[in-house]
Amino acid sequence: MRSVRPYVTGAIALAVAAVIFVMPFVFVALQAVKSKSEASRLDFELPEHWLFWDNLIAVFKARDYQLALAYFNSTLITVASVTILILLSAMVGYVMQRRKTVWNRVASIALFMGLMMPPAVVPTIGLLQEIGLFKTMTGMILIQVAYNLSFSTLLYRSFISTIPRDLDEVALIDGAKPRQIFFRVILPLLKPVTVTNIVVQSIAIFNDFTNPLYYLPGKENVTVQLTLYNFQSMYTSQYNLLFMNILLVTIPPLVVFIFFNRQIVAGMTSGAVKG
Amino acid sequence: MTETRPRSRKSPYPLWFFIPAAIIYGVLFLVPTVSSLWFSLTRWDLSTAEFIGLENFQQFFSEPFLVKGLLNTLIYAVTTSGLKTVCGLLLAVLLTSNIFARGFLRTLVFFPVLVSTIGIGITFTVMMHPTRGIINVTLETLGIPGPGWLTNPALALFSVALVDVWKGVGLATLIFIAGLAAISPDYYEAARIDGATRLQQFFRITLPLVRPATVIVVTLSLIGGLRSFDLIWAMTRGGPGFSSDVIASVIYKQYQAGFYGLSTAGNVILFALIAVIILPFTLWFNRREVEE
Repeated sequence: MRSVRPYVTGAIALAVAAVIFVMPFVFVALQAVKSKSEASRLDFELPEHWLFWDNLIAVFKARDYQLALAYFNSTLITVASVTILILLSAMVGYVMQRRKTVWNRVASIALFMGLMMPPAVVPTIGLLQEIGLFKTMTGMILIQVAYNLSFSTLLYRSFISTIPRDLDEVALIDGAKPRQIFFRVILPLLKPVTVTNIVVQSIAIFNDFTNPLYYLPGKENVTVQLTLYNFQSMYTSQYNLLFMNILLVTIPPLVVFIFFNRQIVAGMTSGAVKG
Repeated sequence: MTETRPRSRKSPYPLWFFIPAAIIYGVLFLVPTVSSLWFSLTRWDLSTAEFIGLENFQQFFSEPFLVKGLLNTLIYAVTTSGLKTVCGLLLAVLLTSNIFARGFLRTLVFFPVLVSTIGIGITFTVMMHPTRGIINVTLETLGIPGPGWLTNPALALFSVALVDVWKGVGLATLIFIAGLAAISPDYYEAARIDGATRLQQFFRITLPLVRPATVIVVTLSLIGGLRSFDLIWAMTRGGPGFSSDVIASVIYKQYQAGFYGLSTAGNVILFALIAVIILPFTLWFNRREVEE
């Protein structure tokens, strides 16, 4: 009797989870492959003709290949800001963990603020205009670095505490310069937490909607999340294309998730525990 | 002859490592945050700022729809945070117990955390359509008249909050799973020998010992809830009327309308709200932890 129980609860849990957590995704996928009139009924019927490619091409062609441009922009922002983020937060996390100075206290308070406080949007826009970075990719990339620095640094700081200091001393005795100790000895050892950082932050930045909405207006600067937002008003009569767009935007995180499930889970929990 | 070389007296951990990060963070986050305190006291068109004292705040608190936004922010944050904590803990208990397909279920619950908030917002907006949406169509076949989830002003904010919980409960569950894993099985062993029921075990062992995780989940989801913008914007734009406006959407609307000073005052109110709610909570928790 006891051996049956895990299966019964498991089966019930699976059924409930299927309805609650799977159904919305099935719904998205179904609408995305329907014709315009079938999709407008918003129901769960299977499509009469599967129009996957037709809808895919139509979505990409819409508004002068806006989605292709958006993929390019989003990818550029994500790759560039994550790269800078990794380098800078590893450096800060390393020195914060290793060398206790007054600056640590300052840095800790700054990090805590960065995790908690929402950015002051309009003053930031004013400032970006002042230094000529408003509506530019560079500006957007630096903003993403500034806003996500706290979280990455905390992940690095806690991981670096697991690396023995003896290692730094050995390198020092061997005549390595401080810079070399970090880049040649420490940074390679940080690979696990670097992978975590890359995965968690690229998903966050790729999915970000609010910051591009404020700091990156303009048709030529569109990001994938903004295409969704724009298409929402444009495609109220073409649900098939709207949902194809949602499907396409969901695929990158899905792929990342399949490959890096373990790192995401580790990063989310350790980041949360520290946060 | 391993005399200390002059170089080793200098720290091998160079403070200049802070500098690049400090510049980016200082210029793009700290400067705007601090200057927002000043700009919130001005009538501001991005080029000239005229000092008007507390007029923006006065206006904010005298407009009923802006005060409503403030109230909604609190309701939204408390609702989402409470539901995420309760559901997250129950799911975590279920998903750490010995059940079939446990790993797959964990994956399933967690996946929405990673998906585009705007995409989810649009999907649920469509599913919550009052007449054609599958939620109400399903309810109808069961003989229950479905409400206007997003069109009923009394309900819209809570409908969005439910979707927020749907999307975010996976993270809460994950944190609780990590917290539950840290509880030694000996406690349960001892309790079983003493004849404690499952319910007693939950309330007397699990709940107290999982408290660090609870604090994290509550803090994170409260901060998230207070700052929440994108889901609300995707689903209702603050409507119908102003019934689901929160501070973050008010900030955006005032910005769009060109009221930069007022928008920044909204930001300052949001800072204050977060500080007033989160700081005592964090301090209280840290003190309790030291005492124990």
